[in-house]
Amino acid sequence: MGRRVLLIEDEPNIIEAISFVLGRDGWDVHTHANGATATEAVLRVMPDVLVLDVMLPGKSGYDILRELRAAPRTRDLPILLLTARGQSRDRDLAEELGASRFMAKPFSNAEVLESIRELAGLPPGEAP
Amino acid sequence: MVSFDLLIAVCLAYVAFLFLIAFVADSRARQGRFGWLRSPLIYTLSLSIYCTAWTFYGAVGYAARSGLEFITIYLGPTLVMAGWWVVLRKLVHIGRSQRITSIADLISSRYGKSNLLGVIVTLMAVIGTTPYIALQLQSVTLSFAVFSEPAPAGAPPDINATAIWVAAGLALFTILFGTRNLDANERHHGVVIAIAVEAVVKLVALVAVGVFVIWGLGGGAGDILARIDASPISAWELQPGRWFSLIFLSAAAFLTLPRMFQVMVVENGDERHLITASWAFPLYLLLMSLFVVPIAAMGLTLLPAESNPDLFVLTLPLSQGREGLAMFAFLGGFSSATSMVIVAAIALSTMVSNHVVMPIWLATAGHGATKSGDVRKMVLRARRLSIAAILGLGYAYFRFSGGGAALAAIGLISFAGVAQVLPAMLGGLFWRGATRRGALAGLIAGFAVWAYTLFLPSFGGGVILPQGVLDNGPWGIGWLRPQALFGIEGIDPVIHAVLWSMLLNVVSFCLVSLLSFPGPLERLQGAQFVNVFEHSPQARGWQAGGSEAEDLLVMAQRIMGPEQAQALFRAEASAQGKAGYLPDPSPEFLQCLERELAGSVGSATAHAMVGQIVGGASVSVPDLMAVANETAQMMEYSSQLEARSRQLARTARQLREANRKLTELSIQKDAFLSQISHELRTPMTSIRAFSEILREGRELAPETRERYCAIIHDETLRLTRLLDDLLDLGVLQNGQVELSLEPVELAAVLDRALAATGVQQGGEHLRIVRDPAAERVIVETDGDRLAQVFINLISNAAKYCDSTAPELRIKVQRRAGEVEIDFIDNGPGISERDQAVIFEKFARLGDYRSAGGAGLGLAICREIMARLGGSIVYLPGQGGAAFRVSLTLPGERGEKRSGQKAVSSRRRPRRKQAAG
Repeated sequence: MGRRVLLIEDEPNIIEAISFVLGRDGWDVHTHANGATATEAVLRVMPDVLVLDVMLPGKSGYDILRELRAAPRTRDLPILLLTARGQSRDRDLAEELGASRFMAKPFSNAEVLESIRELAGLPPGEAP
Repeated sequence: MVSFDLLIAVCLAYVAFLFLIAFVADSRARQGRFGWLRSPLIYTLSLSIYCTAWTFYGAVGYAARSGLEFITIYLGPTLVMAGWWVVLRKLVHIGRSQRITSIADLISSRYGKSNLLGVIVTLMAVIGTTPYIALQLQSVTLSFAVFSEPAPAGAPPDINATAIWVAAGLALFTILFGTRNLDANERHHGVVIAIAVEAVVKLVALVAVGVFVIWGLGGGAGDILARIDASPISAWELQPGRWFSLIFLSAAAFLTLPRMFQVMVVENGDERHLITASWAFPLYLLLMSLFVVPIAAMGLTLLPAESNPDLFVLTLPLSQGREGLAMFAFLGGFSSATSMVIVAAIALSTMVSNHVVMPIWLATAGHGATKSGDVRKMVLRARRLSIAAILGLGYAYFRFSGGGAALAAIGLISFAGVAQVLPAMLGGLFWRGATRRGALAGLIAGFAVWAYTLFLPSFGGGVILPQGVLDNGPWGIGWLRPQALFGIEGIDPVIHAVLWSMLLNVVSFCLVSLLSFPGPLERLQGAQFVNVFEHSPQARGWQAGGSEAEDLLVMAQRIMGPEQAQALFRAEASAQGKAGYLPDPSPEFLQCLERELAGSVGSATAHAMVGQIVGGASVSVPDLMAVANETAQMMEYSSQLEARSRQLARTARQLREANRKLTELSIQKDAFLSQISHELRTPMTSIRAFSEILREGRELAPETRERYCAIIHDETLRLTRLLDDLLDLGVLQNGQVELSLEPVELAAVLDRALAATGVQQGGEHLRIVRDPAAERVIVETDGDRLAQVFINLISNAAKYCDSTAPELRIKVQRRAGEVEIDFIDNGPGISERDQAVIFEKFARLGDYRSAGGAGLGLAICREIMARLGGSIVYLPGQGGAAFRVSLTLPGERGEKRSGQKAVSSRRRPRRKQAAG
């Protein structure tokens, strides 16, 4: 059962917050801030769970999601999509493109952590 | 001996009888029960008005004087009838299809509806017919005199008094017969029937006298032939020139005499009657002429030498005591005279009223509001007066010509006169090149020569032409002598006149026609006349009346649509008591149809179309003008429609454009909301996440806790800034912004802005290059707002200029009432594509990384500058990013006061701007 997570997000404060929460839970946290090179980062890191922001410089999270689902190695990768645009249209698009989970900002730390654990196949609330 | 009173009584009874017949026929015709009224026999008999008192009495006299020459008078018409296919068929067809009312109307209509021609032909006809009417007066007067001669009083009755009574009686008779009502198509069924009866009476009377002469007086045919051989008649010799001339003359007169035209063309009810008449009428003439020579021969042998041969028909029975037969013969002669006078007077009165009186009456002012009833009354009055006047003229001629000339001679003068119309008529029917001017020239030339060489001399020397002119020519010019024109002497005056008048007539007609150019209406009418059978190949007139109705239906269907047209026709047909769809084309129905059609195609066009089919194909110039007007109106209407549809297309385009803009705005609004959502949620996410971490509070190092608190604080500020910007932009865009305008120095504003951004001149991170001398400019503006713009530009430079030694130059320059402040950094600049959108809301370029602002900065700057009456633009081509802020200067004094602050006298009260 791996505990490697990759966070693709460009807001430094949010990176810091999520990294702290996941690190405290015992996760091996990798981060990447540029959308344009995100896909390569995923293939390089090959995380157990991917946390992907939508509004990214260089390439949008939706495009990255589409590419990942098209690639054989990442077709089944659990992906949590984060977006600051919480409209239903964005949720529909996320589902259609194959996001495993969809979460609107601002979220609670506990919610994010629970989702990531679920996606990794870990029991809820289990200590790391 | 028959008493004079009895004679009058018989005449009156006979006239009453004719009147009764005419009355019956008229009423039958009015009820539409034509029956035998429209038989070819009636038509043929009505043609017999050709045989007037001249033929009845005069032929015998003619034969007694000139032998068989009288035959020429019958041969001309016989030839015309035998060759009916050539001329008569066309003449009758045109007359019917064009609704021709008289020979004057025919000529006028053919040559472009020229009323001048109508007037001239009318005058010629009146003048030409006058001797003829005089001839009838003379014959009736003579016949009265024959009965009165042995009157007990012994003194011969005043022949002139008799003539005037006869003229008055005939006038009354004609007025009663011919102008009882006004028929639209100038048909007189009653008159025609009366004429037919008279035709029978005169034929039977003449035959009776002939039979009496041959078998009563003489010993049968053989005896008569012997007597003829013995009489001077047998000494007669054929003169080819005279024969040819007389045959031509009688043929021409047969076609052109107004009364012949009346019965042959105007009164014609069916063109097929011509087929019967073509053999039956020559037969009638043959019967009329059969006994002429025997009567003449018997008269010459039995009666005293001084007897008038013109009266042999009466005097022969009288001399034998056969008063009954004589009375019958008298009635025959009376019939001949009356029928001729009636029809001639009707025909002439039609011409006079239509071509002379009515145009004058209509031309005189004051008839604008004329009702049709007034016109009818007017026309009837004009015709009655014309009839009286025509008979008056006949009487005058009778008086002035002395009343002594032979009947035949008077008849020939008349013939020669009316024959002048022949070239114009035949030319009009067969030659498209014939023109109005040609017809005028021919008619005037021919008629003038006729009047000069035949008509005027017929009064005898001294009456109109002095004897000297007759003998030596006018002014003694010999070759202008009326009866020896151009020095040609020794030929019969009639032949002489016919030769010259016809020659000059034909030559003038042809020459002038060739030299003149016909007008459009003339050409149109010319084509319709000459090509009348080509225009209607199925020869409409030869079929039953239904074909007109059918044509009308076909046309109406095309214009009104089949259902409506059929409904209209069916309703009319059933109103007329007929089944099916084809009603009689009565005037009322045609009017109604015209109105219906006018709703679709305009009244003038409808009139022309109906006219074309019903046969009155007389499309006048006003008609054509009206059609043209309507067409112009329709064209204008359609061009209006076109313009309107263009306008509609334009409106549709504008609507599409507006819709596109609205859609774009809607998309922009969505994008804006989405952007705001993102801008708000991002700092809120950080705040929430860190505040949750802090709340849990476990094992956090104090410096970490400190750091997270700082992040929360910064993000709160960021949110506040965003909200401020949003509110600011909203206020600016709604125009609900308060500006405090006052004179401020540019340098001071820049100082304030630099202080606010924390970037100081010569600072480490971003180097600011300024030009203090140029900055000493006073501007009349809201210093706070202007500083806000400058702050934005300086912050942007600080954020985005990533050169190794970032530098921002602030240049101030004055230009034509404006001051320009340029902010130029040495960074990478902004791509051309992005330059177009940087002033839009949330137009953060390239990447989404927040650089402190929410992407509303430049949008706010633009709004502020618009409110301040200046502008902010991107300045391309400066190496780095470059913005130019322009402000209007308050005036020249501003510079002088540089350094002074807030001059109280120049301070303006705060004012609220409510610009849109």
